[in-house]
Amino acid sequence: MSIPLSWFIILATLLFGIGAFGVLVRRNVLVMFMCVELMLNAANLALVAFARSLNDVGGETTVFFVLVVAAAEVVVGLGIVVAIFRRRHSAVADELSEMGG
Amino acid sequence: MNHLIFLIIAFPLLSGVSLIASSRRVREPLAGWIATGAVGLSFLTTLGVFITLLGSHSGGPSHAVTQHLFDWINVGSLHANVDLAVDPLSITMCLFVTGISTLIHLYSIGYMHGEEDFTKFFIYLNLFVASMLILVLGGNMLLTFTGWEGVGVCSYWLVSYYFQKDSAASAGKKAFIYNRVADVGFLLAMFIIFFNEHTLTYSKMTAHMSSLTLTMAVLALLFAAAGKSAQIPLFNWLPDAMEGPTPVSALIHAATMVTAGVYLLCRMHVVVSASPTGQWVICGIGLATAFVAATIATSQSDIKKGLAFSTVSQIGYMVLAVGTGDYVAAMFLMVAHAFFKALLFLGSGSVIHALDGEQEMGRMGGLRKYLPWTYGTFLFGWLAIVGVPPFAGFWAKGSVLDAVFGKSPWLWAGGLLTALLTAYYMSRLFYLTFTGSARFTEEGPNGEAAVAHPHESPWTMRLPLVILAFCSIFGGLLDLPWVHGYGLEAFLSPVFGSSLVIPADSVTKQFLLAGADALVAVLGLSIAWVLWRGRSERPELTPAFLAKVWYWDNFYDTIIGRPATALATFTAEVVDPLVLDGAVDGTAAAVGGLATRLRKVHNGQVRSYGVGIIFGLLVILVSFLVVVG
Repeated sequence: MSIPLSWFIILATLLFGIGAFGVLVRRNVLVMFMCVELMLNAANLALVAFARSLNDVGGETTVFFVLVVAAAEVVVGLGIVVAIFRRRHSAVADELSEMGG
Repeated sequence: MNHLIFLIIAFPLLSGVSLIASSRRVREPLAGWIATGAVGLSFLTTLGVFITLLGSHSGGPSHAVTQHLFDWINVGSLHANVDLAVDPLSITMCLFVTGISTLIHLYSIGYMHGEEDFTKFFIYLNLFVASMLILVLGGNMLLTFTGWEGVGVCSYWLVSYYFQKDSAASAGKKAFIYNRVADVGFLLAMFIIFFNEHTLTYSKMTAHMSSLTLTMAVLALLFAAAGKSAQIPLFNWLPDAMEGPTPVSALIHAATMVTAGVYLLCRMHVVVSASPTGQWVICGIGLATAFVAATIATSQSDIKKGLAFSTVSQIGYMVLAVGTGDYVAAMFLMVAHAFFKALLFLGSGSVIHALDGEQEMGRMGGLRKYLPWTYGTFLFGWLAIVGVPPFAGFWAKGSVLDAVFGKSPWLWAGGLLTALLTAYYMSRLFYLTFTGSARFTEEGPNGEAAVAHPHESPWTMRLPLVILAFCSIFGGLLDLPWVHGYGLEAFLSPVFGSSLVIPADSVTKQFLLAGADALVAVLGLSIAWVLWRGRSERPELTPAFLAKVWYWDNFYDTIIGRPATALATFTAEVVDPLVLDGAVDGTAAAVGGLATRLRKVHNGQVRSYGVGIIFGLLVILVSFLVVVG
């Protein structure tokens, strides 16, 4: 007796929605960052679920790539956050709008 | 000898190109001698080919030899290859072109002495000779056209040789543009002929076209010839072209290039002779040009301009002869004219050289005792062009006028009147230059410097004068009217075949016509003597209408120049700022305005970008569902 595919998909959608909502409403860069990770993992979950369901190992392979890239991205992203925090003593996203047109 | 035909062109071309390559090191006078030697070798080659042709001429039926150099254009039914065609017509042309070119190259060594761009001058001259020979020897219209353009561009370079002078620079442009206008005629003629005959090769041409098409083709050819040979309506570039150095005027604008139009019409005799309407138009243009240019020549004060209009007038005679169908007479006058007009120009160059560049006849006079060689040779050139027997011009012009009489006595009367004018204006020019009192020994009213002792030219300049004087005296022997077995007529008639119309006059009629020619020559000469002896100016005989070339330039200025300038001003002041700048500025303003509004979207807030991304994602999702659902 296995868990139906739709449950995984609903969970992934919920996780993705929570992540997206967090990115939009939270102001702290660090929290936004965590929300992005949540979205990434929602996608990973969907990929694994489909891979199992379709019996295709390609989905799991893709997830490994996503994990590696996400790890690298976290390094760069956190580096940038630390650099910004050192200069400005703040990590509020709305204050970082110098690049605006 | 026939496989060496290409050498005729190769010598001057090679010399020109190698002088270009080494122009910084090869200077005066070596460059001049190299150039002269190359053209001289070309003349010797031509002579060899000519003798070979004469041999085959008597032995067999082959009157033409073609040397195939290489394939050039082979597209569909168009086969235009680089073939050099030697037949009596082209070899006659080649002989006098290379011969006179050699003499004028030699003359230029003396004349151009001390010029800064000595080598450049000889490069242009060599390239000109090579182009002219391509024009003459080309076996199809396309190759002839290549040479035709080559001589045009060399003429442009040489007319603008003193390009620091405004007048010389614009004279070069004028010559070039008039010739470009005429090129349209050449191209149209090629299109018409190729469309109907599927060939551009002279030897394969027939005239199997409707008479209207034929007339169009002949008119197009005539238009092309009118530009190159300075005929109405495109004649007024030639006088301006006198801004070039005098050897250039002698070589290009008297003896060789300007006769290319007449040569083209002779070459295309199959087509020309098949259109009676076209022939009448050719006669009309020829006579009109001969007459108009002769009237203008009576009122010129610049010695070279006088000679230039005389050239226009004489080429008018040649065109007239082509119109009557007597191509041999046209060629005869072309050769004779090359002799005496080159002589007259070189003589005038000698005078100008002696007077430190003075060209106004009002500042000459009495040069007989200062310049004995120039005077002696110029004398024969003058008598030849006036048509006094037994010099070359008498026979050549006589054979043209006989042919014209056969076509129409009215045309003949016009031709005779022009001959009278010719005798008058040339005598006036001669008297003003060489007789009377010396007017150059004192300073002129306009601050012209005085020349105390004009000096005779060096031998490099005198030798060509003497040889050309010799040719002007005996040139008539080329084609005496009562001898039929030898001479130009017997030599050239196989080329023209049935196109050729030679009047078969009785001996009495020939003598009467010749007597009329001689009488007119002597009459014109005497009238000029009575009117101009001891005088240097008679304003009542040189009306502004004639001196200003029948206001022909003003006419073109009014109908083409000013409207074109007005159009240019209109586009510059209205179209450019409003339409063109408007379009460009409008595009810039629209993009700028849009960007000013759009950049508000790009506000730097990460979270608003996030809204955009998510919203976009939703749009994609929904549209996907709609499409799939």
